[in-house]
Amino acid sequence: MKPFEYKAPETIGEAVRLLAGSGPAARVLAGGTDLLVQLRAGRVEPERIVDVKRIPELNEISYDPAKGLTLGAAVPCYKIYGDSQIIATYPCLIDSVSLIGGIQIQGRASVGGNLCNSSPSGDTIPTLIALGATCVIAGPNGQRTASVEQFCTGPGRNILAPGEFLVSLHFPLPEKNSGAHFLRFIPRNEMDIAIVNAGAWVKLDDRKQNIVSARVAIGAVAPTPLFVEEAGRAIAGKPASEETIQQAAAIARDAAKPINDMRGTVSQRKHLSAVLTARALRGAIRRARGESVNGH
Amino acid sequence: MATKVQVSAKINGEDVDFLCDPRQSLLECLRDVIGLTGSKEGCNDGNCGACTVMLDGRIVDSCLVLGEEINGREVTTIEGIATAKGLHPIQQAFLENAALQCGICTPGFIVASKSLLDRNPNPSEYEVRMWLAGNLCRCTGYDKIVRAVLDSAEKMRG
Amino acid sequence: MVANLTNSNIVLSTKQYKVIGTRPIRHDGTDRVTGRAMYGADIKLPGTLTCKVLRSPHAHARIKSINTRKAEALPGVKAVVTAKDLPRLADKVEQMGESAVNLRFLSDNILARDKALYRGHAVAAVAATDQYIAEEALKLIEVEYEVLPAVLNVLDAMRDDAPLLHEDFTMKEFGKDTGKRSNIASRDQFIKGDVKAGFAQADVVIEREFDTATVHQGYIEPHAVTAFWNADGRLTVWASTQGAFLARDTIAQVLDIPVSEITYIPTEIGGGFGGKINLYAEPLCALLSRKTGKPVKSVMTRAEVLEGTGPTPGTHMRVKIGATKDGKITAAEGWFAYEAGAYPGSAIGAGLQCAFAPYDLLNGLLDGFDVVVNKPKSAAYRAPGAPQSEFAVECVVDEICEKIGMDPIEFRLKNAAKEGTVRVDGPTFPRIGGIECLEAAKAHEHYRAPLGGPNRGRGMAIGFWFNVGLASSCTISVNNDGAVNLLEGSSDLAGSRTAVSMQAAEILGIGVYDVHPKVGDTDEIGWTHVSGGSRTTYATGIAAIEASYDVIRQMKDRAALMWETSAENVDFADGVFTLKANPKEKLTFKEVAAKLMSTGGPLVGRATVDPTGHGGAFAVHLVDVEVDPETGKTQVLRYTAIQDAGKAVHPSYVEGQIQGGVVQGVGYALNEEYFYDEKGRMMNTSLLDYRMPTALDLPMISTVIVEVANPGHPFGVRGVGEVPIVPPLAAIANAVSHATGVRMNRLPMNPGHILETLLAKKNGGRSRK
Repeated sequence: MKPFEYKAPETIGEAVRLLAGSGPAARVLAGGTDLLVQLRAGRVEPERIVDVKRIPELNEISYDPAKGLTLGAAVPCYKIYGDSQIIATYPCLIDSVSLIGGIQIQGRASVGGNLCNSSPSGDTIPTLIALGATCVIAGPNGQRTASVEQFCTGPGRNILAPGEFLVSLHFPLPEKNSGAHFLRFIPRNEMDIAIVNAGAWVKLDDRKQNIVSARVAIGAVAPTPLFVEEAGRAIAGKPASEETIQQAAAIARDAAKPINDMRGTVSQRKHLSAVLTARALRGAIRRARGESVNGH
Repeated sequence: MATKVQVSAKINGEDVDFLCDPRQSLLECLRDVIGLTGSKEGCNDGNCGACTVMLDGRIVDSCLVLGEEINGREVTTIEGIATAKGLHPIQQAFLENAALQCGICTPGFIVASKSLLDRNPNPSEYEVRMWLAGNLCRCTGYDKIVRAVLDSAEKMRG
Repeated sequence: MVANLTNSNIVLSTKQYKVIGTRPIRHDGTDRVTGRAMYGADIKLPGTLTCKVLRSPHAHARIKSINTRKAEALPGVKAVVTAKDLPRLADKVEQMGESAVNLRFLSDNILARDKALYRGHAVAAVAATDQYIAEEALKLIEVEYEVLPAVLNVLDAMRDDAPLLHEDFTMKEFGKDTGKRSNIASRDQFIKGDVKAGFAQADVVIEREFDTATVHQGYIEPHAVTAFWNADGRLTVWASTQGAFLARDTIAQVLDIPVSEITYIPTEIGGGFGGKINLYAEPLCALLSRKTGKPVKSVMTRAEVLEGTGPTPGTHMRVKIGATKDGKITAAEGWFAYEAGAYPGSAIGAGLQCAFAPYDLLNGLLDGFDVVVNKPKSAAYRAPGAPQSEFAVECVVDEICEKIGMDPIEFRLKNAAKEGTVRVDGPTFPRIGGIECLEAAKAHEHYRAPLGGPNRGRGMAIGFWFNVGLASSCTISVNNDGAVNLLEGSSDLAGSRTAVSMQAAEILGIGVYDVHPKVGDTDEIGWTHVSGGSRTTYATGIAAIEASYDVIRQMKDRAALMWETSAENVDFADGVFTLKANPKEKLTFKEVAAKLMSTGGPLVGRATVDPTGHGGAFAVHLVDVEVDPETGKTQVLRYTAIQDAGKAVHPSYVEGQIQGGVVQGVGYALNEEYFYDEKGRMMNTSLLDYRMPTALDLPMISTVIVEVANPGHPFGVRGVGEVPIVPPLAAIANAVSHATGVRMNRLPMNPGHILETLLAKKNGGRSRK
C-alpha cells in the first residue's frame, strides 16, 4: 500500500478543493467497507483519502411530505433502517440496507458508497432505480443532478468526473397505491454477494387490481445494474396477476446479459432474473395493497 | 515510512493519544500501536467479524476503519467488557455454556453480542443468529454461542 | 426459517464418575473471553521485522531465475531469502502427524526451488521494518517464469498425456516402483473375499460416480509465526501449531540443524482441524532472523491461507455395491482417486480404510490413487480422507435402500460392523459402538417426526473414523496446598487442557480446579505428538492418568513415612490415604501434600505413553432439509448427530466437537469449494466468496452421546473430534435427493448445481452425473 494522507473536511467546498486539488489520486471515503478492501488489494492507490462523513449534507436524512426523502450519501445503513419515517414510507430501501453485509458492515456502509462503488451486484442500486431516485453530485463546477439509472457506466465505473463526489440521493414521494420490494439471491443467508438481485416498484389503480405503472431493475446480470424499462412498460395497464408477473419475469430474463463467474453461471443467472423479478413484483404488489412483506 | 499522525480517542473509557501511519486500520492501531491484542484479525476484509469493536456504541469491523477516523471518538474493545468487579454476564455465559473452543472468534462474538443485548434485551434465536451472521466461528457450529447469548440475556433481564 | 430452540443434548451414560462426565468451566476460559489469551499473531518482541512472502502467480511454471537485488536495495528491507538459502535435502520419507511426507517435497513446498507447482506457492520471502516496505519489496523481486500447462483435476492429471508436475517421478503400484512417469504417485489396493462372486449373488447392484471439491479447514486464525535466531546459534519459534514437537523436528530437518538447538513455544491456537500440522513460514522466518539477527514475524493474509496452505483433497470416486432383496450386502467395491495437491501424500490411505468400515463385508475391494495436481499440497482436515469416500459409499447405500424399499437404518443394522468384524483393509474391530449409534438414531424422535412441508427431505448416514493413539507426555508436580500443576505437550484446540486435567483429578481424588494445567514448550515437557487424529483427550489423558498414578505411588511413600510404616501398608482411594491395618487412620491428599517438604522434598509424577487402544469412533446423523425448487437453495431445518464417545469426559465439549464437525460438514456439502479459473487461479480467495456457514444458515444441532466404553482407555474414552465431519456430506446429499427426487453425486451441492440438476430433470434430460 502506497502512503496516503487522510483528510476529513467539514464542508462540501472544502471536500471539492481536496478532491480537485490532487486530481485522480484522491479517493472519497464514506463507510470504507469497499475502499479499504480495494486499498489492501492494491486495486486503488490514492495519495489522499477524503473522509466525507463530517460534512453535514452527506449525513442528512430529511423527509419532506411535499417533496420526498433526501438521503445523505454517507448515511450508514443502520441509521436508515432505524428511521421510522423511512420504514413507513420507503420499505424497499429498508429491504436493501438491512441485507448489506452483516451488522458490523451496516454500521459503516452507506447507500451512497454502494452506488459509487458501482458494482453490478450492488444491493441498493436496483432499489434506487425502482424508486426513481436522483443523485445530487458536487464538483469543481458546482452541483448537478442525474437519475440513478444513468449513474453506473460499467463495473466499478460511473459518471462521476474527476473531483466530483456524490452528496445525496433524492427519493420522490411515494405515489398513492404504490409499493416496492427488493430482494437478492445468495447461497448463504447473509454475508454474500448477490448472484442476482432485483427491485420492483408498482403503482396500482384505486381498486388495487390493475397495474398502472411499474419499474423493474435487476443486478449482477450485466456490466451495470439493469433498468428493465420494457418489463414495466409491458405490464402497465394489466391485471396484477401471476400471468402478468410472469410476463415481466420473462422480459427480465431476456434482458439479463450475465457472465459465467465464480458466483454463478449464465443460465443460472438468467433463470434467477426471472424468479427474482417475479418475487420482487409480488412483494411490490402486496405492499401497494397495504400488506406487509418481510425483507429477509 | 509515511509521516505519522496523532490520534486522540477514548478507548475503553480512557483517553488515549497515539501516533499512527495513515494507512493503519483501527485494528492495526489497537493491536500493533496501543497493544490491545484482544481484537483479532481473521480476514482483514470485513467478512469474519473477529475484529469487531464498538465505535461510538455501534459495532464495526475494526479492519475496515482507518485509525485516523477514530479521532475524537469512543471505542470499546473486548478488553473493555469486563470490569474490576468481574466478567460481564455474556463472558460468564460463554464460559458456562462452553460457547468457545479455540476462542479466536470469541472476542468478536462477545462484543457483538453485548451490542445486541444493549439494544434488544430479549432477542429471539433468529434475532441472535441474524445479529451474529457477521461473525464467523469454525469450531462450535454456533449452537452453544446462540445458547450463551440467550442465556445471558435471560440472566441480565433478572 | 430457523427452528425453535427445542433441540436437546442427550448423554446416554453407562458409568458415573466424580469428575469425568461433569461440565466444569475450562481452566483457560477467562483469558479467552477477555482477550488476554495470546495467539500466534499476538506475540510481539522488541525490534521485530515483518516477513512477507512472494508467491507464484502461476499454477505451473519453471522458475528460470530470481533476482532479489532491487528488493534488497529498498530502504527498510533487511533480508531476502529464496530456495537457495534452504539446504538441499535428499528424498527421505517421514511420518508427519497423520500423513507421510518426503522431506525434499516438504522443503520445496516451503520455497519453490525449480518449479512453482501451484498458484500461491512461496518463491521468496522478505524481512523489512514494516509491512508496507515488505510488500513493496515483493514487487521488486524479479522472477523469470516459464509458464507450463496446469492440470487441476484428478482425472485430467491421471491421463497418460497429462502435463507432468514432477518429471522425475515414477508411479508406485502396490508398494512397487512401476518405473512409469505419471502424476499418479501411488496406487494401493485392499481385497477381501471374492467381489465377482459377491456381485453375482446380488439382486440389486448400484454403481455411481462421485466428485468432491477441494475445501479448506477454514480456521479463523491465519498462520502466524515469530522466529528469533540468537547470536548463540539457538533458534526460538513462537507459533500457533497443532504440534510443537513435530514442528520443531521438521524445522530441524528442513534447515539441517540439531533439534536441540530449537525451542518451539506453542502459542494459543485459533483453530487447526489438521491444517496447522504442516510447516509454512517457520523456516522462512528462521532464515530471515539468522540473516538479520532480529526477530522476524509472519502473519498470513486470508488469501495466503487459502492459496498457500493445505486444503483437503478434491476427489473422483466410483462405488459399486450389491445387495440381496432382503438387504444383505453381497459385495462392495470402490475406486478412489484423491488429489494430493502439488506433492504426493493425499489422505487416500485413510479414505480407503474408512470407506466400507461401517459394514461387515464378506467381499470387498478398495482401489485408491494418490495423484498430484497443480493445487496447494493437501493437508489433513478433520478425519482426513474419510468424508469423501464415505460420502460416496453412503449415497450408494441410500440408493440401494430406496430400490429394495428398506429402511436405511434397518439396512445398516443388518450389515453393521461389530467387534470381531474384519475390515476390507485388514484390521479386526475391537469393541465399537456403530450398532449402538444406529439403535439410538432409530429410537430418536427426529427419525419419526413429520417433515412438515413440501420440498423437504430427510437423510441419514453413518460415519467411521479410526482415531489414533501416539506419544504423549505429562508431568504433575504437587504443591503444598494440595493442588497440582499439570504440564502437558498437547496444543489446546478446544478445551483439552481441562479434559486432560479432569482425568488427573479423577485419579488423584481432587477437584478439577485443584489441577492447574499448562501446555509446555519443547524444552519443558517430553515429546508429545500433534493434537490431531482425535488423540488428545485419549492419549494425553492416559499420560495424565499414568502421571497421576506415579504421584500416588510416591505420595503413598510419604504417607507411610508419616505413619512410620512402609508403602505397601498404605491404601489410596478417592483422594484419601488409609492405613491397611487400621482403615480409620486417614490422611487426605492435601494433608500429605502439606508435609512434602518434611517427608523427602518436592514431588513430581511423570509419564510418557504411546497407547494403541484408541478404538474407533462411529457417528450416525439425521438431517432434514428444504430445497427451494425455483433457486436450488438448500436450507438445513433440523439436525441430530448421534455419536459413540466411549466416555464423554466433558460432555459440553464433546457436544461442541460434534456440533462443530457437523457444521463444517454442512459447509463441505453445500457451498465450500476452491473455485479455479482455467489457468489454475483460485478466484474465491476471501471469506466472502469461500462460503463457510454463518450462524444464520443453521438450526441448533442436537446431539446424542452414546457411551460404549473403549477397553483401551481406563475410563473408556474414545476420540471424538473427527468423526462428526464424516456423515454430513452423505446425510445432506440423501436428504436433498429425497426432497427433490434427483440424486446429488457431486459436491458442493450449491444452489447452482442443484438448480442445474433440477432443470435437467424437468427438461427430461439427464443430469451431468
